[in-house]
Amino acid sequence: MKKVSPWVWGAAALVYLFLYLPLAIVVVFSFNDSALNAEWVGFTFKWYRMLFNDPVMLEAALHTLVIGLVTCVAATVLGTLAGLAMYRWRLRLLPALVLIPIAIPEILTGVSLLIFFVMLNMTLGLVSITLSHIAFCIGFVAIVVRSRLQGMDESLVEAARDLGASPLTAFRAVTLPLIMPGIIAGALMAFTLSIDDFVISFFTAGVGSNTLPLEIYSRVKVPMKLNPEVNAVSTLLMLLTLSLIMIVSKVAPSALRAQ
Amino acid sequence: MRSNRLAKWLISGPPLFYLLLFFAIPSAIMAFAAFRFPGDYGGLMPFVDVDPQTGARQVLINLDNYADFLTFENFQRFFEDPIYFELFLKSFWYAGITTVICIVLAYPLAWLIARSPKKTRDLLVLLVILPFWSNFLIRVYAWMIILGPQSYFSQALNGLLAVFGIEPVSLLFSQFAVIIGLVYVHLPFMVLPLYANLEKHDMALLDAAQDLGANAWQRFWKVTWPLSLPGIWAGTALVFIPALGMFAIPDLLGGTDSMMIGNLIKQQFLDSRDWPFGSVLSIMLTLAVLLLAAFAGWAGSRGKDKR
Repeated sequence: MKKVSPWVWGAAALVYLFLYLPLAIVVVFSFNDSALNAEWVGFTFKWYRMLFNDPVMLEAALHTLVIGLVTCVAATVLGTLAGLAMYRWRLRLLPALVLIPIAIPEILTGVSLLIFFVMLNMTLGLVSITLSHIAFCIGFVAIVVRSRLQGMDESLVEAARDLGASPLTAFRAVTLPLIMPGIIAGALMAFTLSIDDFVISFFTAGVGSNTLPLEIYSRVKVPMKLNPEVNAVSTLLMLLTLSLIMIVSKVAPSALRAQ
Repeated sequence: MRSNRLAKWLISGPPLFYLLLFFAIPSAIMAFAAFRFPGDYGGLMPFVDVDPQTGARQVLINLDNYADFLTFENFQRFFEDPIYFELFLKSFWYAGITTVICIVLAYPLAWLIARSPKKTRDLLVLLVILPFWSNFLIRVYAWMIILGPQSYFSQALNGLLAVFGIEPVSLLFSQFAVIIGLVYVHLPFMVLPLYANLEKHDMALLDAAQDLGANAWQRFWKVTWPLSLPGIWAGTALVFIPALGMFAIPDLLGGTDSMMIGNLIKQQFLDSRDWPFGSVLSIMLTLAVLLLAAFAGWAGSRGKDKR
């Protein structure tokens, strides 16, 4: 194999730096003993203490977690079914409905759901956010599950059937365990997407029901209010996402590649 | 056979039902809302108007929203109020510049990953994906810190500019900041398809080109670049389309003159509460995206044929 030229190495290193430096700055400033995100003054934990005594942030975190968990369960069930159906049969409508929400800008899904909920006279809040999150997460789960099914050895299911297993038993005893890593990866992905979502929540949240990304947005929008508390909550959120992704990459490395 | 059909419905039914209810129907309603009048207090006016005295029913359908938007071809209207069309063009410009910069930045990364030994490769890919998985608002916010007027970066840059006698510049709330934000958020979407493409190249072609006397630049431009076009097109679709609909990045990093389509849509829905016009803009954005996706698909397959 030919060696990669040092120029390419250098350029790639700079791009990696570009990818990581901004995040590193957020983490570093979350320990900075100054209310301004400009100069390093000294080390402190006070922003984290402040964070854990901030009822608004804590409530937003609770909302985020509840929405994330409900979304995770519902999207995993529906997405797995969709993945199975797309693998098993030649369908037209379902694959389109699964893929289009992923392919179009999120703002379009957000505003159309806003009109829809308001037309139904639904109070916008945790329920409308959750219903929306489930809708856009189904596709991601379905893709991961289908790619796992495609990598599966079909003869194992046939062998089970030859040995007298009913289709349901063959599914439960053979298929399900084989695709389980894909389902778990899809579930974690749905949870991560839900806790990170900003755009769709922004349109379907209504007044008074905040999630963490919405709270972060409202705090950073006014530069005067720039508050290192946001650095602290960002650092914690990054840590949470990072650990979830590490789990996914252990359970099903191919799931990340499907992205 | 019958049980097979039953199984098909039992399995595909629930997700199909859910996506019909919470994706297809809302989209259809939005397309329909574009033909309606805004309500007095925002939202939508009732579809059927009942006259309280006579009890006569009148169906209210508004075609003006489409007319208003589509008359940009009408020169008179164009010069009177070209603001929407200009905003669309500007959004395309932002998304386009973002895509080009992403291609330039993604190339060395994708090349390095594709040419690394198998073990390092997975690690390098993970290193590209990780920042992409941290919350997108946090990544934008990070640039607010870096580009802020008090930051080390701004001060160093302005100090440097002062040496040359140039007035200090404000980095935050500028078009420059918006483009940095867009590039930063979308870069991984370019790296991954490009890497997947470069990985499959036959290196013997480069050796052959070298034997025939091609220098490094010629080897890249005549061999690698044309072969990588399908990857570039895939990445372009993945970067251009979400960048086009973005509203949070111009909101947080841009000034008043760096609005994009997304900001206008958001404004219509949440601030001026003119939902029908907001729906028209959303449909225009959808059409733009569909055209682009079709074009990227066509260009991508053309690239494949050439191989």
